[in-house]
Amino acid sequence: MTAFVNHFAFEFKTGLRNTNQLFINYLFPFGFFLMISFIMPQINPGFLDTMVPALVIFAVLASNILGLPSPIVESREAGIFRSFKINGVPAFSILSIPVFSTIFHSLITSAVITVVGILLFDGLAPINWTAFVLLTILTAFTCGTLGALIGVISNNTRATVLWSQLIFLPSMLIGGLMMPLSILPSAVQPFAALLPTTQAMQAMLGLAYLQETVLNPWVATGVLLASTLLAFSLAVYLFNWDSKNNSRRGNPLMALLVLVPYVISLFLIL
Amino acid sequence: MSDPVLKVNDFTKAYGDFVAVSGISFEVGQGEIFGLLGPNGAGKTTTLECLEGLRKPDSGRLAVMGINPEKDPGKLSKVVGIQLQTSGLPANMKVDEAMRFFCAYHGVPVRLDLIERMGLAEKRTAQFHQLSTGQQRRMALALAVAHNPPLIILDEPTAGLDVNTRVELHALMAELRNNGTTILLATHDMAEAEKMADRVAILLRGRIVASGSPTDLTAAGAGLTKVSVRTEQSILHQDNKVFPAVSQQAIHEEYIIYYSSDPGPTVSAVLEYIRQTDDRLIDLRVERPSLEERFLEITAEGGIQ
Repeated sequence: MTAFVNHFAFEFKTGLRNTNQLFINYLFPFGFFLMISFIMPQINPGFLDTMVPALVIFAVLASNILGLPSPIVESREAGIFRSFKINGVPAFSILSIPVFSTIFHSLITSAVITVVGILLFDGLAPINWTAFVLLTILTAFTCGTLGALIGVISNNTRATVLWSQLIFLPSMLIGGLMMPLSILPSAVQPFAALLPTTQAMQAMLGLAYLQETVLNPWVATGVLLASTLLAFSLAVYLFNWDSKNNSRRGNPLMALLVLVPYVISLFLIL
Repeated sequence: MSDPVLKVNDFTKAYGDFVAVSGISFEVGQGEIFGLLGPNGAGKTTTLECLEGLRKPDSGRLAVMGINPEKDPGKLSKVVGIQLQTSGLPANMKVDEAMRFFCAYHGVPVRLDLIERMGLAEKRTAQFHQLSTGQQRRMALALAVAHNPPLIILDEPTAGLDVNTRVELHALMAELRNNGTTILLATHDMAEAEKMADRVAILLRGRIVASGSPTDLTAAGAGLTKVSVRTEQSILHQDNKVFPAVSQQAIHEEYIIYYSSDPGPTVSAVLEYIRQTDDRLIDLRVERPSLEERFLEITAEGGIQ
């Protein structure tokens, strides 16, 4: 337990000491939040109804999908995992603690965005706060475990950026953050359902804001939960201590199995 | 040798078509410092990495304190302290934080005393990336010994260190050995191996080409002992006197140098001759062949023993 607490404390402090991580955990989400909160309500006053959950999910997405994978790759390349292994640090801790720490950072950002969004920018407050908090945590775990999986399967930081952007950019465009799923063309909706942000927004709107949704919010919650469990299991299975050691377990393409829950949810739209 | 702490039996490891280590065997007894010597690419690091559980051997049997490193890396980390050739710690981790971190994983009390012992007291709050190479190596060694393991594996521990730090590290290694700790030391520094190791094995192209104590190894070579003599009147320079066991001689500044296969009779005869000729001895130096010379001899022979 002491080891876990020590490790978590170190990872958490690294999120503040390391300028790249500080930027992606706090400065980028806060900057984007302020910019969008000033601009979007003037373009679309209806945005205030979804502003808080959308920007909370954005903050969680940015920290976990953009911020988490690169340190995993860099640590592996720098031989840090080798040092950890010979000192008895288990693979489970190496993967889970950065995920917990990044989630913790993103939850701090989310809390600030929620309070400031409601009090200063007139964002709509959730009706069911419990559902809002639990779904924020679940979304953070979903994105955190996907971030860990990207870090595990990427051979270098360039590959990390590619995989991360493959989730991040579509999430921004069609993931229900800036425009609701319901107004997307019907041909685009199935692709949107493959994104964690779409599922998270649908779950939030249905269960925390009690709004009508395109996807069943309970199914969306189930998809997020299944994705979290699957992504973390795959990350642990595919984890490689050392890039110089080619005797890794499994094929990195196995990571695509994480899409299974999202694909299953498609059948409910089609 | 007491019961072996480390056993390597017919161990082979290849990377594709390149055979890095080919069927080597050796044992290390408790309380020994065992040197694994060889040029770059000889297979030292591959051997260590398989013993550390970082790589999987292709064939052969490895046992470290009775543990199979490949099968049970968790148990291994409890009984072995390892200093890797390149010490990787997170760039933002502070010195005292690293000690707390690893001591917690080993389940032992925090050893901040080791930070002082390694001369890092002033750097306790410095982050790892702010340390010099020498300080990083000392840090890695402090972490390797923090849980008092009975076996320590050191890969080039003094490479790139200044003289003072090397001396400190050698003193620590000697102290650990005196306390019963076994040390497996991979190095290309022959002087270090000769000074520190009880026994050595020389690896060349993945095979052990010579092994034994540094003294036995140097004695087994064709190396000649160098007897350098300086006298007041330089009588020896003028007379071409032949002394027993001397195969060649040379003059270097005010010294005459005899290369002898048996230095005892040579020195006696030289001293006797100086006395007879009423010359006066100013300096006499006897230098036996070093491990480095023996190593060069072996590698030049292509490792055929």
